Amino acid sequence: MEQKLRTIFAESLEIPEERVKDELEYNTLPEWDSISHMSLIAAIEDSFDIMLDTEDVIDMSSFGKAKEIVAKYGA
Amino acid sequence: MNVQEMFEIGPYALDKKQKSLFLNAELHRLTLHHRRHCEAYANILNATAGASSYLDESGIESEPFLPVRLFKMLELKSIGRQDVVKVLTSSGTTSQTVSKIFLDKQTAGLQARALVHIVKSFLGPKRMPMIIVDTPNVIKDRKSYSARGAGIMGMINFGRNHFYLLNDEMEADWEGLERFLKVHTDQKVLLFGFTFMVWKYFAQAAERQGKKVDLGDSLLIHSGGWKRLEEEAVDNVTFKKVLRERLGIGQIHNFYGMVEQVGSIFMECEHGHLHVPTFADVRVRDSETLEPLPANRPGLLQVLSVLPESYPGHSLLTEDIGQIHGEDDCPCGRQGIYFSVHGRLPRAEIRGCSDTHESV
Repeated sequence: MEQKLRTIFAESLEIPEERVKDELEYNTLPEWDSISHMSLIAAIEDSFDIMLDTEDVIDMSSFGKAKEIVAKYGA
Repeated sequence: MNVQEMFEIGPYALDKKQKSLFLNAELHRLTLHHRRHCEAYANILNATAGASSYLDESGIESEPFLPVRLFKMLELKSIGRQDVVKVLTSSGTTSQTVSKIFLDKQTAGLQARALVHIVKSFLGPKRMPMIIVDTPNVIKDRKSYSARGAGIMGMINFGRNHFYLLNDEMEADWEGLERFLKVHTDQKVLLFGFTFMVWKYFAQAAERQGKKVDLGDSLLIHSGGWKRLEEEAVDNVTFKKVLRERLGIGQIHNFYGMVEQVGSIFMECEHGHLHVPTFADVRVRDSETLEPLPANRPGLLQVLSVLPESYPGHSLLTEDIGQIHGEDDCPCGRQGIYFSVHGRLPRAEIRGCSDTHESV
């Protein structure tokens, strides 16, 4: 799951996969802002076939956090 | 109690007594915090009340407040430039100066979470297919948002499969809307837009062009002020009635909020009252003397919020006239003060999020 999620992050945010680490944080790089966040969420939902709640969309503030959240949905 | 604990209880869970315990301390902490970290703010406090004042915490009425238009004149922030992650600007046509609100990661995060906490108590936790009654270009500039853009970006998290109804000419895409509704048949749809734009470019456009739309099980959230609608003598009751009859929107909630205090918004309940969440409070002041007024007396609205850490905007005197109707006893069951907004102070500078699009 982690590698799949990393690829989705890299593709949605248009950054190299090496930069996708647990510490990668929302709003600290120009590529990950509120707009790209929405396409990232959509890509995660499509790829894992899950539907994230509003709260989780807001809480997904780092790659590490994203792993936790996606795991919670059993993906 | 601190702000973090507010996310563990409902947004309207505190009664007057519980709430004042939390708010008095928190707002006073913010006054001291901004006084320490924002020189201009400290100077204003010193100049208006002397250096020794505001050291005690003696209640919300005695906390200092800034006129909201001060954010147009001064760059007020309590953080270093390097910590600014986002700058929100108020609406305004080219002839008007705009407010600038500086956010750091912490305040931007608090605002986003508070907004979710409040709005999800109306919508539930699930994201719905969402129609945005605006053009996608309003959120094109990604580093700096207008009030309209900030409003949309805040609400966008509640939806999925977003459909922007309007193009740059403010024309509704009726075919696109039909396709969207077909794809999402039997699902509850969320709509968001600014009051004036929903009225003019959706409801009235449908009427003018003889379109009848049935949005079915749907919920509209709208905001941005009534000024332009008042000119056309459209009040909240008429607004709801026309939207229900012409577009089939059953559930409609207005909210009162401003770019200077994003997040802690005041949502309208089923009984048409605006409700103060745990993160915020409201007072009404006499427009001449600025003394606090009791319930049911119209005056200038003062809005207080515990969210602004990065800029001294926790206590603001607006240019809006409103009145408090009661506290803890609205028939809808939500606790806290409930109130309504009547409009703008006469002669106040003209602004309002949805008023910025000049009609042609």
